[in-house]
Amino acid sequence: MARRDNGVTTPEQPPGGRSAGLRMVRQTLRTAAYGLPVVALLIAWETFARSGAVTMFILPPASAVAERIWADAAAGDLWRNILTTMYRAFSGFLLGSLIGVAIGIGISRNALARWFFDPIISIGFPMPKVAFLPVIILWLGVFDVSKIAMVTIEVLFPVVTATVIGLQGVNRSVIWSARNLGASQRQLLWHVMIPAAFPQIFTGIQVALPIALIVAVFTEMAMGGYGLGASMMSASRLADSRGVFAGIVAIALVGYCVVKLMGLLRRRVLIWHAEAVMPSTV
Amino acid sequence: MSKLLARYSPLLLLAVLWQLAWYFEMVSSTALPSLVDVASAWVDLLRSGELLRNAAASLYRGGAGFLLAVVVGGALGMIMAWWRPLNLMLSPLVEIFYPLPKTALIPVTVIWLGFGDASKILLIFLGCMLPVTIGAFNGSRSTEQVMVWSARSMGASRLRILRDVVLPSAMPELLNGIRTALALAFILLVTSELVVAREGLGNLIGYLGSNGSYEAMYSVVLTVAFLGFAADRIYQYFMRWILAWRDATTG
Repeated sequence: MARRDNGVTTPEQPPGGRSAGLRMVRQTLRTAAYGLPVVALLIAWETFARSGAVTMFILPPASAVAERIWADAAAGDLWRNILTTMYRAFSGFLLGSLIGVAIGIGISRNALARWFFDPIISIGFPMPKVAFLPVIILWLGVFDVSKIAMVTIEVLFPVVTATVIGLQGVNRSVIWSARNLGASQRQLLWHVMIPAAFPQIFTGIQVALPIALIVAVFTEMAMGGYGLGASMMSASRLADSRGVFAGIVAIALVGYCVVKLMGLLRRRVLIWHAEAVMPSTV
Repeated sequence: MSKLLARYSPLLLLAVLWQLAWYFEMVSSTALPSLVDVASAWVDLLRSGELLRNAAASLYRGGAGFLLAVVVGGALGMIMAWWRPLNLMLSPLVEIFYPLPKTALIPVTVIWLGFGDASKILLIFLGCMLPVTIGAFNGSRSTEQVMVWSARSMGASRLRILRDVVLPSAMPELLNGIRTALALAFILLVTSELVVAREGLGNLIGYLGSNGSYEAMYSVVLTVAFLGFAADRIYQYFMRWILAWRDATTG
Protein backbone atom coordinates (compact mmCIF):
# COMPACT_ATOMS: atom_id res chain seq x y z
CA MET A 1 0.00 0.00 0.00
CA ALA A 2 1.65 3.17 -1.15
CA ARG A 3 -0.85 5.06 0.88
CA ARG A 4 0.57 3.80 4.10
CA ASP A 5 3.75 5.27 5.37
CA ASN A 6 4.86 4.69 8.94
CA GLY A 7 1.25 4.25 9.85
CA VAL A 8 0.54 7.87 8.95
CA THR A 9 -1.67 8.64 5.99
CA THR A 10 -0.02 10.88 3.44
CA PRO A 11 -2.22 10.71 0.36
CA GLU A 12 -1.27 14.25 -0.64
CA GLN A 13 2.43 13.57 -0.91
CA PRO A 14 3.72 14.59 -4.35
CA PRO A 15 4.61 11.57 -6.50
CA GLY A 16 8.02 10.91 -8.02
CA GLY A 17 11.37 12.55 -7.33
CA ARG A 18 13.42 12.14 -4.20
CA SER A 19 10.52 11.47 -1.87
CA ALA A 20 9.47 8.39 -3.86
CA GLY A 21 13.01 7.00 -3.74
CA LEU A 22 13.25 7.70 -0.06
CA ARG A 23 9.94 6.04 0.49
CA MET A 24 11.06 2.96 -1.38
CA VAL A 25 14.18 2.67 0.76
CA ARG A 26 12.13 3.09 3.87
CA GLN A 27 9.62 0.52 2.67
CA THR A 28 12.40 -1.99 2.03
CA LEU A 29 13.85 -1.38 5.47
CA ARG A 30 10.45 -1.84 7.02
CA THR A 31 9.93 -5.11 5.20
CA ALA A 32 13.36 -6.29 6.31
CA ALA A 33 12.67 -5.36 9.94
CA TYR A 34 9.39 -7.13 9.61
CA GLY A 35 10.87 -10.34 8.23
CA LEU A 36 13.68 -10.46 10.78
CA PRO A 37 11.70 -12.03 13.66
CA VAL A 38 10.37 -14.67 11.27
CA VAL A 39 13.88 -15.56 10.11
CA ALA A 40 15.03 -15.59 13.74
CA LEU A 41 12.23 -17.96 14.63
CA LEU A 42 13.16 -20.31 11.78
CA ILE A 43 16.84 -20.30 12.80
CA ALA A 44 15.90 -20.92 16.44
CA TRP A 45 13.69 -23.82 15.35
CA GLU A 46 16.47 -25.33 13.24
CA THR A 47 19.20 -25.05 15.90
CA PHE A 48 16.94 -26.22 18.72
CA ALA A 49 15.80 -29.25 16.72
CA ARG A 50 19.39 -30.14 15.81
CA SER A 51 20.79 -29.51 19.30
CA GLY A 52 19.61 -32.89 20.52
CA ALA A 53 17.54 -31.44 23.37
CA VAL A 54 14.47 -33.02 21.79
CA THR A 55 14.14 -35.97 19.48
CA MET A 56 13.61 -35.51 15.73
CA PHE A 57 10.17 -36.99 16.27
CA ILE A 58 9.07 -34.30 18.70
CA LEU A 59 10.46 -31.50 16.57
CA PRO A 60 11.88 -32.22 13.12
CA PRO A 61 14.27 -29.47 11.93
CA ALA A 62 12.83 -26.69 9.80
CA SER A 63 14.98 -27.71 6.84
CA ALA A 64 13.62 -31.26 6.91
CA VAL A 65 10.07 -29.92 7.02
CA ALA A 66 10.81 -27.57 4.11
CA GLU A 67 12.23 -30.52 2.15
CA ARG A 68 9.09 -32.49 2.86
CA ILE A 69 6.85 -29.63 1.69
CA TRP A 70 8.98 -29.36 -1.46
CA ALA A 71 8.63 -33.08 -2.13
CA ASP A 72 4.86 -32.94 -1.59
CA ALA A 73 4.62 -29.96 -3.89
CA ALA A 74 6.65 -31.74 -6.59
CA ALA A 75 4.49 -34.85 -6.28
CA GLY A 76 1.35 -32.75 -6.57
CA ASP A 77 -0.15 -33.97 -3.29
CA LEU A 78 0.25 -30.57 -1.68
CA TRP A 79 -1.67 -28.72 -4.37
CA ARG A 80 -4.43 -31.29 -4.45
CA ASN A 81 -4.82 -31.10 -0.66
CA ILE A 82 -4.78 -27.30 -0.64
CA LEU A 83 -7.34 -27.13 -3.46
CA THR A 84 -9.61 -29.65 -1.77
CA THR A 85 -9.52 -27.82 1.57
CA MET A 86 -9.98 -24.44 -0.10
CA TYR A 87 -12.90 -25.75 -2.15
CA ARG A 88 -14.67 -26.94 1.00
CA ALA A 89 -13.82 -23.88 3.07
CA PHE A 90 -14.80 -21.40 0.37
CA SER A 91 -18.01 -23.13 -0.70
CA GLY A 92 -19.18 -23.06 2.89
CA PHE A 93 -17.83 -19.57 3.40
CA LEU A 94 -19.65 -18.12 0.37
CA LEU A 95 -22.84 -20.00 1.10
CA GLY A 96 -22.78 -19.02 4.77
CA SER A 97 -22.01 -15.37 3.95
CA LEU A 98 -24.85 -15.11 1.41
CA ILE A 99 -27.41 -16.81 3.63
CA GLY A 100 -26.12 -14.86 6.62
CA VAL A 101 -26.50 -11.48 4.93
CA ALA A 102 -29.97 -12.50 3.69
CA ILE A 103 -31.09 -13.55 7.17
CA GLY A 104 -29.56 -10.41 8.64
CA ILE A 105 -31.50 -8.21 6.21
CA GLY A 106 -34.62 -10.24 6.97
CA ILE A 107 -34.22 -9.76 10.72
CA SER A 108 -33.84 -6.02 10.45
CA ARG A 109 -36.60 -5.50 7.84
CA ASN A 110 -39.31 -8.02 8.58
CA ALA A 111 -41.11 -8.59 11.88
CA LEU A 112 -41.86 -12.26 11.21
CA ALA A 113 -38.25 -13.03 10.30
CA ARG A 114 -37.12 -11.17 13.40
CA TRP A 115 -39.50 -13.14 15.60
CA PHE A 116 -38.27 -16.43 14.21
CA PHE A 117 -34.54 -15.91 13.69
CA ASP A 118 -33.59 -13.49 16.45
CA PRO A 119 -33.74 -15.95 19.39
CA ILE A 120 -32.19 -18.71 17.29
CA ILE A 121 -29.26 -16.50 16.31
CA SER A 122 -28.75 -15.09 19.80
CA ILE A 123 -28.73 -18.55 21.33
CA GLY A 124 -26.82 -20.23 18.51
CA PHE A 125 -24.11 -17.59 18.21
CA PRO A 126 -22.14 -18.52 21.35
CA MET A 127 -22.71 -22.27 20.96
CA PRO A 128 -19.89 -24.51 19.77
CA LYS A 129 -21.65 -25.59 16.56
CA VAL A 130 -18.89 -28.08 15.80
CA ALA A 131 -20.45 -30.33 18.44
CA PHE A 132 -23.24 -30.93 15.92
CA LEU A 133 -20.82 -32.59 13.51
CA PRO A 134 -21.93 -36.16 14.36
CA VAL A 135 -25.53 -35.11 13.75
CA ILE A 136 -24.56 -33.58 10.39
CA ILE A 137 -22.71 -36.79 9.51
CA LEU A 138 -25.83 -38.74 10.40
CA TRP A 139 -27.89 -36.61 8.03
CA LEU A 140 -25.54 -35.84 5.18
CA GLY A 141 -22.87 -38.55 5.20
CA VAL A 142 -19.13 -38.12 5.43
CA PHE A 143 -18.35 -36.54 2.08
CA ASP A 144 -18.06 -32.98 0.82
CA VAL A 145 -21.70 -32.06 1.48
CA SER A 146 -21.48 -32.53 5.23
CA LYS A 147 -18.14 -30.72 5.45
CA ILE A 148 -19.46 -27.76 3.50
CA ALA A 149 -22.66 -27.77 5.57
CA MET A 150 -20.65 -27.61 8.80
CA VAL A 151 -18.58 -24.68 7.50
CA THR A 152 -21.75 -22.92 6.31
CA ILE A 153 -23.39 -23.22 9.72
CA GLU A 154 -20.36 -21.84 11.57
CA VAL A 155 -19.94 -18.97 9.09
CA LEU A 156 -23.60 -18.02 9.22
CA PHE A 157 -23.76 -16.70 12.77
CA PRO A 158 -21.08 -14.00 12.84
CA VAL A 159 -22.28 -12.74 9.44
CA VAL A 160 -25.90 -12.49 10.57
CA THR A 161 -24.93 -10.69 13.77
CA ALA A 162 -22.70 -8.20 11.94
CA THR A 163 -25.38 -7.54 9.30
CA VAL A 164 -28.06 -6.86 11.88
CA ILE A 165 -25.82 -4.57 13.94
CA GLY A 166 -24.64 -2.80 10.79
CA LEU A 167 -28.13 -2.17 9.44
CA GLN A 168 -29.39 -0.98 12.81
CA GLY A 169 -26.50 1.43 13.10
CA VAL A 170 -27.21 3.24 9.83
CA ASN A 171 -27.49 6.96 10.49
CA ARG A 172 -31.17 7.88 10.81
CA SER A 173 -30.80 11.20 9.04
CA VAL A 174 -29.47 9.44 5.93
CA ILE A 175 -32.54 7.22 5.83
CA TRP A 176 -34.86 10.19 6.40
CA SER A 177 -33.28 12.20 3.61
CA ALA A 178 -33.57 9.23 1.21
CA ARG A 179 -37.24 8.87 2.14
CA ASN A 180 -37.81 12.58 1.67
CA LEU A 181 -36.28 12.37 -1.78
CA GLY A 182 -38.87 9.72 -2.61
CA ALA A 183 -36.85 6.50 -2.42
CA SER A 184 -38.93 3.33 -2.44
CA GLN A 185 -38.39 0.67 0.26
CA ARG A 186 -36.33 -1.38 -2.16
CA GLN A 187 -34.19 1.56 -3.25
CA LEU A 188 -33.73 2.51 0.37
CA LEU A 189 -32.45 -0.97 1.18
CA TRP A 190 -30.14 -1.47 -1.78
CA HIS A 191 -28.89 2.05 -2.36
CA VAL A 192 -28.76 3.47 1.14
CA MET A 193 -28.86 0.96 3.95
CA ILE A 194 -26.70 -1.85 2.60
CA PRO A 195 -23.92 0.46 1.34
CA ALA A 196 -23.97 2.34 4.65
CA ALA A 197 -23.81 -0.88 6.66
CA PHE A 198 -21.31 -2.53 4.31
CA PRO A 199 -18.14 -1.91 6.36
CA GLN A 200 -19.75 -3.68 9.34
CA ILE A 201 -21.09 -6.50 7.18
CA PHE A 202 -17.66 -6.95 5.66
CA THR A 203 -16.12 -7.08 9.12
CA GLY A 204 -18.47 -9.94 9.97
CA ILE A 205 -17.45 -11.74 6.79
CA GLN A 206 -13.79 -11.16 7.63
CA VAL A 207 -14.31 -12.62 11.10
CA ALA A 208 -15.97 -15.64 9.52
CA LEU A 209 -13.11 -16.40 7.14
CA PRO A 210 -10.63 -17.89 9.66
CA ILE A 211 -13.55 -19.74 11.24
CA ALA A 212 -14.31 -21.31 7.85
CA LEU A 213 -10.70 -22.54 7.65
CA ILE A 214 -10.73 -23.84 11.23
CA VAL A 215 -13.90 -25.80 10.63
CA ALA A 216 -12.84 -27.11 7.20
CA VAL A 217 -9.57 -28.44 8.63
CA PHE A 218 -11.40 -29.96 11.60
CA THR A 219 -14.04 -31.74 9.49
CA GLU A 220 -11.25 -33.21 7.38
CA MET A 221 -9.49 -34.40 10.51
CA ALA A 222 -12.65 -35.99 11.88
CA MET A 223 -13.89 -37.55 8.62
CA GLY A 224 -10.86 -37.91 6.36
CA GLY A 225 -11.20 -37.74 2.59
CA TYR A 226 -8.11 -35.78 1.41
CA GLY A 227 -7.47 -32.15 2.17
CA LEU A 228 -4.85 -30.59 4.45
CA GLY A 229 -6.57 -31.67 7.66
CA ALA A 230 -6.96 -35.28 6.55
CA SER A 231 -3.37 -35.53 5.36
CA MET A 232 -2.11 -34.16 8.68
CA MET A 233 -4.25 -36.62 10.58
CA SER A 234 -3.05 -39.62 8.59
CA ALA A 235 0.55 -38.44 9.01
CA SER A 236 -0.10 -38.26 12.75
CA ARG A 237 -1.51 -41.79 12.80
CA LEU A 238 1.57 -43.08 10.99
CA ALA A 239 3.78 -41.25 13.53
CA ASP A 240 5.17 -39.29 10.58
CA SER A 241 5.97 -36.10 12.45
CA ARG A 242 7.61 -34.45 9.43
CA GLY A 243 4.34 -34.84 7.58
CA VAL A 244 2.47 -33.26 10.51
CA PHE A 245 4.80 -30.27 10.67
CA ALA A 246 4.79 -29.91 6.88
CA GLY A 247 1.00 -29.85 7.11
CA ILE A 248 0.91 -27.17 9.78
CA VAL A 249 3.37 -24.95 7.91
CA ALA A 250 1.33 -25.33 4.72
CA ILE A 251 -1.93 -24.55 6.55
CA ALA A 252 -0.36 -21.55 8.28
CA LEU A 253 0.87 -20.16 4.94
CA VAL A 254 -2.49 -20.71 3.26
CA GLY A 255 -4.34 -19.13 6.18
CA TYR A 256 -2.02 -16.13 6.20
CA CYS A 257 -2.40 -15.55 2.45
CA VAL A 258 -6.17 -15.92 2.51
CA VAL A 259 -6.64 -13.52 5.43
CA LYS A 260 -4.26 -10.99 3.85
CA LEU A 261 -6.07 -11.20 0.52
CA MET A 262 -9.35 -10.60 2.31
CA GLY A 263 -7.87 -7.46 3.88
CA LEU A 264 -6.78 -6.26 0.42
CA LEU A 265 -10.23 -7.05 -0.96
CA ARG A 266 -11.74 -4.96 1.80
CA ARG A 267 -9.63 -1.95 0.81
CA ARG A 268 -10.55 -2.49 -2.83
CA VAL A 269 -14.28 -2.87 -2.20
CA LEU A 270 -14.51 -0.10 0.36
CA ILE A 271 -12.29 2.30 -1.59
CA TRP A 272 -15.10 4.87 -1.48
CA HIS A 273 -15.31 4.69 2.29
CA ALA A 274 -13.49 6.99 4.71
CA GLU A 275 -11.75 4.02 6.34
CA ALA A 276 -9.79 3.31 3.12
CA VAL A 277 -7.33 6.12 3.88
CA MET A 278 -6.71 4.88 7.41
CA PRO A 279 -3.81 2.53 8.12
CA SER A 280 -4.77 -1.10 7.71
CA THR A 281 -5.08 -3.10 10.88
CA VAL A 282 -5.54 -6.75 9.98
CA MET B 1 -41.79 -14.85 32.35
CA SER B 2 -44.43 -14.62 29.62
CA LYS B 3 -42.23 -12.09 27.87
CA LEU B 4 -39.39 -14.57 27.94
CA LEU B 5 -41.71 -17.26 26.61
CA ALA B 6 -42.84 -15.02 23.76
CA ARG B 7 -39.26 -14.20 22.86
CA TYR B 8 -38.13 -17.79 22.76
CA SER B 9 -41.33 -19.20 21.27
CA PRO B 10 -39.60 -20.01 17.95
CA LEU B 11 -37.40 -22.48 19.80
CA LEU B 12 -40.48 -24.15 21.26
CA LEU B 13 -41.91 -24.21 17.75
CA LEU B 14 -38.76 -25.96 16.50
CA ALA B 15 -39.00 -28.50 19.31
CA VAL B 16 -42.64 -29.19 18.43
CA LEU B 17 -41.75 -29.53 14.74
CA TRP B 18 -38.97 -31.95 15.68
CA GLN B 19 -41.37 -34.06 17.69
CA LEU B 20 -43.99 -33.97 14.92
CA ALA B 21 -41.40 -34.95 12.30
CA TRP B 22 -40.51 -37.92 14.43
CA TYR B 23 -44.16 -38.78 15.16
CA PHE B 24 -45.23 -38.82 11.51
CA GLU B 25 -41.97 -40.57 10.54
CA MET B 26 -41.00 -37.93 8.03
CA VAL B 27 -37.35 -38.80 8.57
CA SER B 28 -35.80 -42.02 9.82
CA SER B 29 -35.83 -42.25 13.60
CA THR B 30 -32.06 -42.80 13.70
CA ALA B 31 -31.50 -39.44 11.99
CA LEU B 32 -33.95 -37.72 14.30
CA PRO B 33 -34.90 -39.60 17.49
CA SER B 34 -37.84 -38.51 19.59
CA LEU B 35 -37.18 -35.56 21.88
CA VAL B 36 -38.65 -37.52 24.77
CA ASP B 37 -36.16 -40.34 24.20
CA VAL B 38 -33.36 -37.80 24.01
CA ALA B 39 -34.42 -36.36 27.36
CA SER B 40 -34.63 -39.76 29.01
CA ALA B 41 -31.23 -40.72 27.56
CA TRP B 42 -29.87 -37.54 29.11
CA VAL B 43 -31.29 -38.49 32.50
CA ASP B 44 -29.76 -41.98 32.17
CA LEU B 45 -26.37 -40.51 31.36
CA LEU B 46 -26.65 -38.19 34.32
CA ARG B 47 -27.64 -41.01 36.67
CA SER B 48 -24.84 -43.32 35.59
CA GLY B 49 -22.43 -40.50 36.34
CA GLU B 50 -20.97 -40.74 32.85
CA LEU B 51 -22.09 -37.26 31.88
CA LEU B 52 -20.64 -35.61 34.98
CA ARG B 53 -17.36 -37.51 34.78
CA ASN B 54 -16.78 -36.51 31.17
CA ALA B 55 -18.00 -32.97 31.78
CA ALA B 56 -15.52 -32.63 34.65
CA ALA B 57 -12.68 -33.82 32.39
CA SER B 58 -13.68 -31.33 29.69
CA LEU B 59 -14.13 -28.52 32.17
CA TYR B 60 -10.70 -29.12 33.66
CA ARG B 61 -8.98 -29.06 30.26
CA GLY B 62 -10.95 -26.13 28.92
CA GLY B 63 -10.67 -24.12 32.12
CA ALA B 64 -6.93 -24.67 32.56
CA GLY B 65 -6.09 -23.83 28.94
CA PHE B 66 -8.39 -20.83 28.87
CA LEU B 67 -7.10 -19.34 32.14
CA LEU B 68 -3.50 -19.79 31.06
CA ALA B 69 -4.31 -18.09 27.77
CA VAL B 70 -5.97 -15.16 29.53
CA VAL B 71 -3.12 -14.61 31.97
CA VAL B 72 -0.20 -15.11 29.59
CA GLY B 73 -1.91 -13.56 26.56
CA GLY B 74 -3.14 -10.54 28.48
CA ALA B 75 0.26 -9.90 30.09
CA LEU B 76 2.02 -10.33 26.75
CA GLY B 77 -0.29 -7.89 24.99
CA MET B 78 0.16 -5.23 27.67
CA ILE B 79 3.93 -5.60 27.73
CA MET B 80 3.98 -5.38 23.93
CA ALA B 81 2.10 -2.10 24.12
CA TRP B 82 4.39 -0.88 26.91
CA TRP B 83 7.79 -1.81 25.53
CA ARG B 84 8.47 -1.05 21.88
CA PRO B 85 11.35 -3.49 21.19
CA LEU B 86 9.20 -6.42 22.24
CA ASN B 87 6.43 -5.15 20.00
CA LEU B 88 8.80 -4.94 17.02
CA MET B 89 9.99 -8.46 17.73
CA LEU B 90 6.67 -10.12 18.35
CA SER B 91 4.09 -8.36 16.20
CA PRO B 92 5.18 -10.03 12.93
CA LEU B 93 4.93 -13.40 14.65
CA VAL B 94 1.52 -12.56 16.09
CA GLU B 95 0.36 -11.50 12.64
CA ILE B 96 1.57 -14.74 11.09
CA PHE B 97 0.16 -17.06 13.71
CA TYR B 98 -3.13 -15.25 14.21
CA PRO B 99 -4.85 -16.51 11.02
CA LEU B 100 -3.52 -20.05 11.51
CA PRO B 101 -6.53 -22.39 11.63
CA LYS B 102 -6.12 -23.46 15.23
CA THR B 103 -7.49 -26.96 14.75
CA ALA B 104 -4.39 -27.70 12.68
CA LEU B 105 -2.47 -27.68 15.98
CA ILE B 106 -4.27 -30.80 17.21
CA PRO B 107 -1.84 -33.36 15.69
CA VAL B 108 1.15 -31.25 16.75
CA THR B 109 0.09 -31.09 20.39
CA VAL B 110 -0.52 -34.84 20.26
CA ILE B 111 3.04 -35.41 19.03
CA TRP B 112 4.38 -33.21 21.81
CA LEU B 113 2.29 -34.31 24.76
CA GLY B 114 0.38 -37.44 23.82
CA PHE B 115 -3.31 -38.17 24.08
CA GLY B 116 -4.02 -37.00 27.63
CA ASP B 117 -5.07 -33.79 29.31
CA ALA B 118 -1.78 -31.96 28.74
CA SER B 119 -2.08 -31.91 24.96
CA LYS B 120 -5.61 -30.44 25.11
CA ILE B 121 -4.59 -27.81 27.63
CA LEU B 122 -1.66 -26.81 25.42
CA LEU B 123 -3.92 -26.70 22.34
CA ILE B 124 -6.51 -24.50 24.02
CA PHE B 125 -3.81 -22.28 25.49
CA LEU B 126 -2.09 -21.78 22.11
CA GLY B 127 -5.38 -21.34 20.26
CA CYS B 128 -6.91 -18.84 22.68
CA MET B 129 -3.85 -16.79 23.53
CA LEU B 130 -3.62 -14.54 20.47
CA PRO B 131 -7.12 -13.03 20.57
CA VAL B 132 -6.44 -12.06 24.20
CA THR B 133 -3.01 -10.67 23.31
CA ILE B 134 -4.42 -8.57 20.49
CA GLY B 135 -7.25 -7.31 22.68
CA ALA B 136 -4.84 -6.34 25.48
CA PHE B 137 -2.42 -4.75 23.00
CA ASN B 138 -5.03 -2.63 21.21
CA GLY B 139 -6.68 -1.73 24.49
CA SER B 140 -3.46 -0.63 26.18
CA ARG B 141 -2.37 1.36 23.17
CA SER B 142 -5.62 3.28 23.11
CA THR B 143 -4.94 4.61 26.61
CA GLU B 144 -5.20 8.37 26.50
CA GLN B 145 -1.69 9.76 26.72
CA VAL B 146 -2.92 12.72 28.75
CA MET B 147 -4.03 10.40 31.53
CA VAL B 148 -0.65 8.66 31.60
CA TRP B 149 1.07 12.03 31.73
CA SER B 150 -1.10 13.33 34.52
CA ALA B 151 -0.59 10.16 36.52
CA ARG B 152 3.15 10.49 36.02
CA SER B 153 3.19 14.14 37.00
CA MET B 154 1.36 13.23 40.16
CA GLY B 155 4.22 10.90 40.96
CA ALA B 156 2.83 7.49 40.11
CA SER B 157 5.39 4.78 39.48
CA ARG B 158 5.40 2.89 36.17
CA LEU B 159 3.83 -0.15 37.79
CA ARG B 160 1.17 1.97 39.43
CA ILE B 161 0.36 3.63 36.08
CA LEU B 162 0.10 0.21 34.50
CA ARG B 163 -2.28 -1.00 37.17
CA ASP B 164 -4.43 2.08 37.74
CA VAL B 165 -4.45 3.79 34.34
CA VAL B 166 -3.52 1.44 31.52
CA LEU B 167 -5.30 -1.67 32.71
CA PRO B 168 -8.71 -0.02 33.32
CA SER B 169 -8.69 1.77 29.99
CA ALA B 170 -7.59 -1.40 28.19
CA MET B 171 -10.36 -3.35 29.90
CA PRO B 172 -13.16 -3.11 27.29
CA GLU B 173 -11.02 -4.36 24.41
CA LEU B 174 -9.27 -6.91 26.59
CA LEU B 175 -12.61 -8.31 27.75
CA ASN B 176 -13.83 -8.55 24.15
CA GLY B 177 -10.68 -10.45 23.19
CA ILE B 178 -11.29 -12.81 26.10
CA ARG B 179 -14.84 -13.37 24.88
CA THR B 180 -13.54 -14.45 21.47
CA ALA B 181 -11.09 -16.72 23.27
CA LEU B 182 -13.92 -18.26 25.30
CA ALA B 183 -15.83 -19.24 22.15
CA LEU B 184 -12.62 -20.59 20.60
CA ALA B 185 -11.88 -22.59 23.74
CA PHE B 186 -15.16 -24.45 23.38
CA ILE B 187 -14.60 -25.11 19.67
CA LEU B 188 -11.08 -26.40 20.28
CA LEU B 189 -12.14 -28.48 23.26
CA VAL B 190 -14.91 -30.25 21.37
CA THR B 191 -12.92 -30.73 18.16
CA SER B 192 -9.84 -32.09 19.90
CA GLU B 193 -11.91 -34.46 22.01
CA LEU B 194 -13.84 -35.64 18.97
CA VAL B 195 -10.64 -36.32 17.04
CA VAL B 196 -8.29 -37.70 19.70
CA ALA B 197 -9.26 -38.36 23.32
CA ARG B 198 -10.16 -41.08 25.77
CA GLU B 199 -12.65 -39.05 27.80
CA GLY B 200 -14.45 -35.73 27.79
CA LEU B 201 -17.77 -34.61 26.37
CA GLY B 202 -16.54 -34.50 22.76
CA ASN B 203 -15.24 -38.02 23.12
CA LEU B 204 -18.54 -39.13 24.63
CA ILE B 205 -20.38 -37.73 21.58
CA GLY B 206 -18.11 -39.60 19.19
CA TYR B 207 -18.32 -42.80 21.24
CA LEU B 208 -22.12 -42.77 21.48
CA GLY B 209 -22.43 -41.92 17.78
CA SER B 210 -20.22 -44.78 16.67
CA ASN B 211 -22.15 -47.14 18.95
CA GLY B 212 -25.41 -46.13 17.34
CA SER B 213 -27.04 -44.78 20.51
CA TYR B 214 -28.21 -41.68 18.73
CA GLU B 215 -30.65 -40.50 21.44
CA ALA B 216 -27.80 -40.31 23.92
CA MET B 217 -25.55 -38.68 21.33
CA TYR B 218 -28.15 -35.99 20.67
CA SER B 219 -28.51 -35.37 24.39
CA VAL B 220 -24.76 -34.83 24.83
CA VAL B 221 -24.56 -32.62 21.72
CA LEU B 222 -27.34 -30.42 23.10
CA THR B 223 -25.63 -30.37 26.52
CA VAL B 224 -22.36 -29.15 25.01
CA ALA B 225 -24.19 -26.52 22.98
CA PHE B 226 -26.00 -25.35 26.09
CA LEU B 227 -22.77 -25.18 28.11
CA GLY B 228 -21.18 -22.99 25.44
CA PHE B 229 -24.20 -20.72 25.44
CA ALA B 230 -24.35 -20.54 29.24
CA ALA B 231 -20.63 -19.78 29.53
CA ASP B 232 -20.99 -16.88 27.13
CA ARG B 233 -24.03 -15.48 28.95
CA ILE B 234 -22.30 -15.69 32.33
CA TYR B 235 -19.24 -14.05 30.84
CA GLN B 236 -21.38 -11.22 29.49
CA TYR B 237 -22.79 -10.58 32.98
CA PHE B 238 -19.26 -10.61 34.35
CA MET B 239 -18.19 -8.14 31.66
CA ARG B 240 -21.04 -5.79 32.47
CA TRP B 241 -20.18 -6.01 36.16
CA ILE B 242 -16.49 -5.24 35.56
CA LEU B 243 -17.30 -2.36 33.25
CA ALA B 244 -20.03 -0.92 35.47
CA TRP B 245 -17.75 1.95 36.51
CA ARG B 246 -17.44 2.97 32.87
CA ASP B 247 -21.17 3.33 32.29
CA ALA B 248 -21.45 5.16 35.60
CA THR B 249 -18.86 7.76 34.61
CA THR B 250 -19.82 8.22 30.98
CA GLY B 251 -23.51 8.35 31.75
